[in-house]
Amino acid sequence: MSDTHTTVAAARKDPGEPGPLRTFLKLLRADKPATCAAIFLGLVILCALFGPMLLEAVSSKQNLRGRNAVPFLFGQDWTMWLGGDQLGRPLLARIIVAASNTMAIATGAVAASLLIGSSLGLVAGYSRGRLGQMIPRLADVIMSFPSLLLAVIVLYMLEPSVGNIVLVLAITRIPVYLRTTRAEVLEIRERMFVQAAIVMGASTPRIIFRHILPVILPTLVTIATLDFAFVMLAESSLSFLGIGIQPPEVTWGLMVAQGRPYLTSAWWLSFWPGLAIILTTLSLNLLSNWMRIALDPTQRWRLETGGKKNG
Amino acid sequence: MQRFLAKRAVSSGVSLILLVIAVFFLSRLTGDPTDLYLPIDASQEARENFRALHGLDQPLIVQFFSYLGDLVRLDFGESIRRARPALEVVTEAFAWTLQLAVITMAIVSGAAITLGSLAAFNLGGIFDRIATFFSLIGASAPDFWVAIVAIVVFSVGFGWLPTSGTGTVWHWILPIAVLFIRPFGLILQVVRGSMITALGSAYVKTARAKGVGPRATIFVHALRNAMLPVLTVIGDQAAALLNGAVVVETIFGFPGIGKLMIDSILQRDFSVVLASIMVTAFAIFLMNILIDLAYAALDPRIRY
Repeated sequence: MSDTHTTVAAARKDPGEPGPLRTFLKLLRADKPATCAAIFLGLVILCALFGPMLLEAVSSKQNLRGRNAVPFLFGQDWTMWLGGDQLGRPLLARIIVAASNTMAIATGAVAASLLIGSSLGLVAGYSRGRLGQMIPRLADVIMSFPSLLLAVIVLYMLEPSVGNIVLVLAITRIPVYLRTTRAEVLEIRERMFVQAAIVMGASTPRIIFRHILPVILPTLVTIATLDFAFVMLAESSLSFLGIGIQPPEVTWGLMVAQGRPYLTSAWWLSFWPGLAIILTTLSLNLLSNWMRIALDPTQRWRLETGGKKNG
Repeated sequence: MQRFLAKRAVSSGVSLILLVIAVFFLSRLTGDPTDLYLPIDASQEARENFRALHGLDQPLIVQFFSYLGDLVRLDFGESIRRARPALEVVTEAFAWTLQLAVITMAIVSGAAITLGSLAAFNLGGIFDRIATFFSLIGASAPDFWVAIVAIVVFSVGFGWLPTSGTGTVWHWILPIAVLFIRPFGLILQVVRGSMITALGSAYVKTARAKGVGPRATIFVHALRNAMLPVLTVIGDQAAALLNGAVVVETIFGFPGIGKLMIDSILQRDFSVVLASIMVTAFAIFLMNILIDLAYAALDPRIRY
């Protein structure tokens, strides 16, 4: 059904129609929470990219007179506006620098699990042989045990380096993509346009990558956005438990953990990095909600007609 | 039914065996427990005795097969740290976590189903927006952060609740409240979505048309049909609660399976680690079976 819609829409497209980027921005503006989320995430990404370059020195400079400095003293340098940590390092600068590690680990884990999971899912869904039967069992094995517990056990045994954390988080998230992709492929490969491509003599890789993958991609992107939030929370929990990133490297979860002994006297040490985590995950959730509607041709009208009735 | 159960048992069993093999060999890589349990200046002879006592002097592969042999006789080995059977230590801790999880999931399911249905019933209204907003926040909040903020506010600030440990009813409130947040947000979203679909269906319109009141329509007609996807999420979340339990039990000093697992890995108490993995996996297996049975009870079309 939906593929006939797209052909009709493509045929109607006249030269005056705005480009894809403009359409995208217009759809985003129709959903106010999603707009705020996108702006906030943009800010976080900027911090992650440029923070370490600009603020590395400031954020690791100890100042024992400014130990656990109280926040909201706007008379000082702006990096101290959120207060200082247990060694007098400026919290705001540290949060900006920590964004880099937090984002890098989550990006790596999501990218790896998305790539491996969806490739396996494509194979499992498309091949009718034994392989198609075996691969889903792999997902069952991983999913038979709570993911964070598994990560805890494995990370205690391996060295808690960035690479291992990404690896462990990626492995625990592979089933999500594998199952979704497989289920979608099983349905899509029976559709008329795939049959037509087979009849016209298209090779298997061409059918998978040119005909099937584009249909699944929006779903995968939506899930990946949501999963980014999950992976970030998992990484933070691991860092908090002390088996994630090790000092002097820093992530938001580790900052919360480092502030824990000072909870009663200096709440801000743990509060601000936690707030950074919560705002970022919230933004990702909002953006994923918006994507689910914006990337679905049959749902998109909800945003185009003012977005009042998004149920 | 029996064939279905057997199939599920085999596939879970295979997963579990792979996990146990991986953990058995990986855990031996973390180091020799002897260094941890005997003083630094312990004599060579004392070390040899310790190793022989716990079977650590054998080659790894022999240790593995003798462990498997014991497993067949339901002997899960002995905790080095506590000098008690590992299974006993683990079931004790598991009972704590089970109570915590059952109470939490009961409250979560009740609250999420009621509030989610109400939100779906006044779609787009003020109540719907508040419920959706809070469920989103709930799904985004890192539990360890919520836990320590709650300690600062309710234990340190107001002094109402104890910070950690067990003993009185008051000790349970904070751990349950923290574990409550994430599954509540997620389940509420699913209940709401599923109810919206159910309320738009023909059988609900029929019920309304024949004069059934709004309350009976939601809770009798729509809810039963809307419950199928909700059950799936409740099952997933109940298993995921064990993730939260690791963090929450560590922070609140709660003697459950999550804390036991972390402690026993740190103490290189291998048989306890393995036993707790098996007990947890078995519990999840049982729960999944229960969820499947509940499916069949709710939907007469489903038969195994």
